[in-house]
Parts: sequence; structure tokens; C-alpha cells
Amino acid sequence: MKRINPKYIPLAATALVMIALYVLGCLLYPNFGSLRVVVNLFGDNAFLGIAAVGGTFVILSGGIDLSVGAVIAFIGILIASLISGGMPPMVAIALALVVGTVFGAAQGSLIRFFDLPPFLVTLGGMFLMRGLAFVVRAESLAIKHRFYQQTIRQLAIPLAPRIAIPFTAICFIAVVIVATYICIYTRFGRNVYSIGSSENSALLMGVPVGSTKIGIYALAGFFSALAGCVSTFYMQSGNPASFVGLELDAIAAVVIGGTLLTGGVGFVPGTLMGVLILGLIQTLITFQGNLNTWWTKIAIGVLLLLFIVLQKSISGARRA
Amino acid sequence: MSDSLLEVRGLSKGFPGVRALAGVDFTVRRGEIHALMGENGAGKSTLIKVLTGVYERDAGDTRLEGKTIFPRSPREAEACGISTVYQEVNLIPDLSVAENICLGRQPTVFGNIRWGAITRRAKQALARLELDLDPSRQLSACSIAIQQMVALARAMDVSAKLLILDEPTSSLDEREVGELFKVIRKLRDDGMGIVFVTHFMDQVYSVTNRITVLRNGELVGEYPTAELPRLELVARMIGKDAKEVAAMESQHPGVQSIREGEPFLEVKNFGRKGSIAPLDLSIRPGEVVGLAGLLGSGRTETARIIFGVDKPDSGEMFLDGERVTISSPRAAIRRRIAFTAEDRKVDGIIPNLSIRENIVLALQASRGAWAKLSRAKQDELADRFIKALRVKTPGPEQLIKNLSGGNQQKVLLGRWLATEPRLIILDEPTRGIDVGAKAEIEKLITELRRDGLAILFISSELEEVVRTSQRVVILRDRKKVGELAGEAISEHAIMSQIAAPTAESKDVLHA
Repeated sequence: MKRINPKYIPLAATALVMIALYVLGCLLYPNFGSLRVVVNLFGDNAFLGIAAVGGTFVILSGGIDLSVGAVIAFIGILIASLISGGMPPMVAIALALVVGTVFGAAQGSLIRFFDLPPFLVTLGGMFLMRGLAFVVRAESLAIKHRFYQQTIRQLAIPLAPRIAIPFTAICFIAVVIVATYICIYTRFGRNVYSIGSSENSALLMGVPVGSTKIGIYALAGFFSALAGCVSTFYMQSGNPASFVGLELDAIAAVVIGGTLLTGGVGFVPGTLMGVLILGLIQTLITFQGNLNTWWTKIAIGVLLLLFIVLQKSISGARRA
Repeated sequence: MSDSLLEVRGLSKGFPGVRALAGVDFTVRRGEIHALMGENGAGKSTLIKVLTGVYERDAGDTRLEGKTIFPRSPREAEACGISTVYQEVNLIPDLSVAENICLGRQPTVFGNIRWGAITRRAKQALARLELDLDPSRQLSACSIAIQQMVALARAMDVSAKLLILDEPTSSLDEREVGELFKVIRKLRDDGMGIVFVTHFMDQVYSVTNRITVLRNGELVGEYPTAELPRLELVARMIGKDAKEVAAMESQHPGVQSIREGEPFLEVKNFGRKGSIAPLDLSIRPGEVVGLAGLLGSGRTETARIIFGVDKPDSGEMFLDGERVTISSPRAAIRRRIAFTAEDRKVDGIIPNLSIRENIVLALQASRGAWAKLSRAKQDELADRFIKALRVKTPGPEQLIKNLSGGNQQKVLLGRWLATEPRLIILDEPTRGIDVGAKAEIEKLITELRRDGLAILFISSELEEVVRTSQRVVILRDRKKVGELAGEAISEHAIMSQIAAPTAESKDVLHA
């Protein structure tokens, strides 16, 4: 008989919590189990989810990215401004993705070449991006373009009468699939794990640690920018003051999804489940109706602490 | 053209303030196992790190099969055909065995990793070493010895021409060393050149064909192993003459002075489930009690429950005849017990602090944050211990990470001596340090004993235990299996108690 590899335990716990929350919702509220709720769960949390997938790579490598929320806000207002200035939406989106990736690569280069802690570099990046967002435009700007008002809606995949998978959810699911593939089936992905597990060993084993690090932050920057694009699809606007602290939600989703904050162990599908758990908590509280939405934060806080304790006890057991 | 595989000529490498290598020549031939010997700080690690591309050389020429090579990273060195297995296992603990073997060179189709091929390749690599191991197993779930074998399998997976083994045996027990030797002999017979760095004399003489000795960054000489007697080798390494060394070696045990009187520490039926079966143990002031046994026999575990790191779940403990419970290392320190841990890199030194700061650390901690030691007092302590322990350093403000292993160990010892302990537990104080420094540490232990300290001495090297201890407690499979005192202590007596179940281990070593 094969023993279960301890690294799957947090993942199993995540799956259990997710299922339990869903079942609880279905038992308490008659409409909770409807297809629409599930579809919305994906659609409403798409940009958080995409950002969290980017964050998964960073955390797997033992780093952290605090710039996510600010990058999303910056990209959002950048796209809104460019489109209202007459740029075709596709060009604006492509440009935004390039900007996000270059910004991420720049953060990664600082971390690699000056051997700086990711926490500080991305903290600086966060302030920089937030400030730049306000430089682009100081207040919210609605996007009025046919692409946004019609095309995006037409891209939804109809499931049942009056229920369709929104384009944002499609983006999210596609990102999860691609990222899972990168993690498991590319050398880059495996290098991410090895750096997070033991950077020094990875270096001695000939893993290109430096370029991989830059790649990780570039990829995270790309996913943040993509999350920014998806946020404009969702909001139909850009707002420089939005998504403050979203990076922390993303980190919470990653950790609840079973990725070790110290790096080396974790799975992208886990992050998907982590995001869905956060969404389920929010939906539950919305259905309940009487509770203040701040209870969402309390529930997430408690859950996060429980998961950290779980991870610690597992990694502790592994050492012994 | 000779049959030489690797030729290093006039290699030099300096660090700020230190000349680590000065014009060193080094030649490895095909189909030989070549020992690289020298004290710590002799330049072995630097030489290896230049060969493997971790450091860049300042001057000199390296040729592999007649072709000049200039690796600038471990990856490039590997591409040239130089593979390395390090003392510390440098693999990725969270990945599987198979992946560790193939990491960085996974078979791919259009950038798409073929996991099936990885497993097959890992199986082949393990089979070549005659290792029966499930390649899907997570590396951290394997013992250190197995991890070391996996590192070797990884090194062999590339078409290596030169294999460098940098103290691969320091955390293996004898049977495992035997397995390792079987493998490297086979590789040698296949025509590979193998560089073997170790501190263990027995191993050098049982497995190598040739020895190159370095001292202070310079080449002392190259000798066929069979033509260099042990004493000569030691003498060359420490730069003394063979007669002096002979005198040093013959200072055999201080058996004459078995101590009478009340023990300082006594434990009865003391144990902890899963780490050490209940045992009795006592140590008198002025006595060295050796704790002998194979790796994993429960030596460190015993030390840990005495020092309060782990809680015992049976038995009682007496200090000066008074029954006490020690619930934490802090409490142990208050009772004037000190403990130098096995892995000085992980548990001991604070690399970025100076020697002075490392020395005063434990004393300061025991006084609490409010009773800061004056700078004058700190300087005095640092000077005293640097002198008393003969730490080789330009001064007390040197960062401890710049010292050699033996000197770091001395500073650690100084740290604990500064707290004026009555019992000091030394867990492998001589591991990974060179012969000269080992002798010094042994001498220090004897001096401390004469000053009336009670000492619990843990070491894998039996000769050392025999030389320094008045009594020896023998552990096997996490159980006390015997105790020897005075005249009865000998390597053979200890061996026969430890090795009873695996008597063939010695033979494997010399097969």
C-alpha cells in the first residue's frame, strides 16, 4: 500500500472545505444550488482568480508579489483612457499586457540582480503603480465602446436559457488550465518548484535560477495585467482607486488553496479552489442577507489561520 | 598523450584578504579514484568550486581530455562532463526522486515534459547504482544516505567523465559508505575519473588510488596511495614531521583517571517514545562520558532530552543528587548545562555576527535582555576564549562565517564555556573538520575535563571516543545496549556491541 504523499493533504483539505461550504449553502438556501450561482462564482471572481494564479507562481518560488492590486487598477484605468482616447480596444489590451509583463520583469530583475527581497521590491512596485494609475487619470472612467458593450457579452457561452458562462469566467478557466500546464509540463514550471524548495540546491543543480526568477515575476505581471483587462470587462470601467488590498485576497486564496507560503509545494487547481472558497463565503453571506459583508473578511481570516496551522503541522511532521 | 583526464595547471584564486589557491597543479587520470586531502582552509573546497564553475579563477589553466575548459556555472561544468556530489545533499526536498535525477534536463517534446520518460530514466540511473528505490517517492521522505545516492544517480545521469565527491560520506553510516564505495569502484572500472574529498583516513586507504595533498592553498604533493603511509599523510597535511604526529597519536586514553564520587548528572529510566528507549546514565564532574553508536542510534536524541529540547516521557533526572525537571533549553542553561549541536551551520553559528558576538550570545541570553554585558567585558571574554581555544583569526571582530569549520567549532565551544557550565554536551564537535583541528578539539576536551567539567561526548568516530572518554555508553537502534569503563574501552569492544547485528559492515568497507 502506498501512503498518501503529505504534500497532497492541504489540497485535500481545500477540496473538502470547498465542498462543505457548497453543501452548506445548498442546505440552507433553496436557490443556492442553482447553475446561475455557480456561473456567477466564476464570473465574479475571475480577475481575483487570474491574479491569484500569477501569485501562485510567485509564492511557489518562495517569493511574494504585493503589487497585484495596484497593477490591476493601473491597467484598468490605462485601458479605459486609451480606448476613450480613440485606440481600438484590442490594441489597448495588447499594449496593457505588454506593459504589465515588462513591469513584472523589471521587478524580477531588481530581485535577481540586486538580490533584493521580493517583499520590498513589490511593495515599491505597488506604490509606483498606484501613483501612476492616478497620474493616468484621477477618477473613474467608464468605457463606452461597442467591443465592451456588445462583443464581450456575445462571447459568453450559453448553458441554459438565460444562463451563460461570461467571458470573464472563460478567461479565468483558460488561465487555470494554461498555468496548470506550465507548472507540470514545462521545465520553467519545475524550476519554479525547485527554487521555492531549495534555491541553493537548485543553483548547484544547474537550474537557471536568475532567469527563472525574472520569468516568474514577468509571468505574474502578465497575469496581473490580464486580471486588469478582465476587470474592465467586468466593471465596464477603469478606476485608479479600486482593488486596494486585492493582492492580499489573492495571497489568501493561494494559501488556502494549499500552496506553502515558504514555497516548493502547491498546485494551480488548488488556487482555483481557494478563490472559489472565498467566493462561496461571500455568496453565503449575501444569501444570508442580515450579516454585514465584513463577515466575509472574518471568515477568510479564520480559514486562513486554520490553513497555516495545518500546513505547519504537516511540514513539521515531514521534517521529523 | 598520457591517460590523464583532468589537468589543472597553476590555478590561483584569491578572496579579499585571503589567498585560497596559489598556483596549484592537480591531475586526475582515467579510471582512478583520487583523494584530495588537506586541512580545512587548505583550498580543497575552493579548488572544487573553481572546477564546478561556482567560483571564477584568477589565473591558471584547466584541461579536460586535453581541451581547455572554463566553466562559469555548475551547469556549464556539467555540460563539460564534470559532475559533483556535495557534502550536504543539494537536491530539492519537495520533488520526487525521479525528478531530482532529471531536473534541468528533463526529456521534452516541443517543450512538453515527458513524465513517463523521466521515470524510466530515473529507474535506469538507480538500477545502474543497484539501488532499489521507488522513483516517485518524495525526496524528503528518504534517509540522508538514500538522498546522497540519489545525488550520485543524478551526477551519473549526465555522461560525466569526471565525478567529484565532496565529503559524500560524512553523514553516512558504515554500511552505507560500503554501498557507496561499491558504486564508485564500479564507475572507476568503467573508466571514469573520480575526485574524492574526505576527512576519513580509513576511506582514503580503502578506496583511492592516488592522493593529492594541499596545504594553505598550495600543492604539497601527489602520491600513489599505496606508497604513502598514514602518518606521512597526516604529517604532510598539517605540515609537521611524521615523528611529531606519531607522538600525538599515541596519547591514548586518559584511562588512569576514572573519577570517583557523586555524579553531577544522573538520569534513571529516562526516555522518550520514538526517540530513545528509557536508559540510565550518569556523569561525574571531571569525567568524559562518550556516547557511541551508529547514525540514528539515538545519540542526538539522548542529548536533546537531557538538554530539554524534547520532553522525556519516562524516568527522572537528578543534578547534584537533587531531582529536577528540565522543560526547556533555557531551564537547562540556568542549571548550567550547555549543548553544542551536531549541525553547526543550522543550529549553532550566526554567520553574520562577529566572533565576539557569537561568543557572548549564550551568556547574554542567560542574563536576559536588560543586563547587557559591557563592551569591555565582551572584549575580554572574546580575547580570553580566542586565546584559550586557539582560534585562528585576525581578530575578534572577524565574521564567524569567514572562519574554517574547526575554528567555528571552537568559537561555539567558547560560547558555551562563557556561561561557565558544569556539564557540556558535545554533539559531533569534530564532524567535517580536519585532522589538525580534530586533535586540537580533543585536547581541549581533555583540558576542560581536568578543570572539573562533566562532559557528554557524542561522536561517530570511535577512535575519538576511545581516546577522550572515561566511560562509554553504547547505543543501538535507539536503545542503550552497554556501557564500558576505563581499561575495557577499546574500539573493538565498542564495535562488537554496536555492530553485533550487522557484522558484515566492516567487510563491506574493505571489500
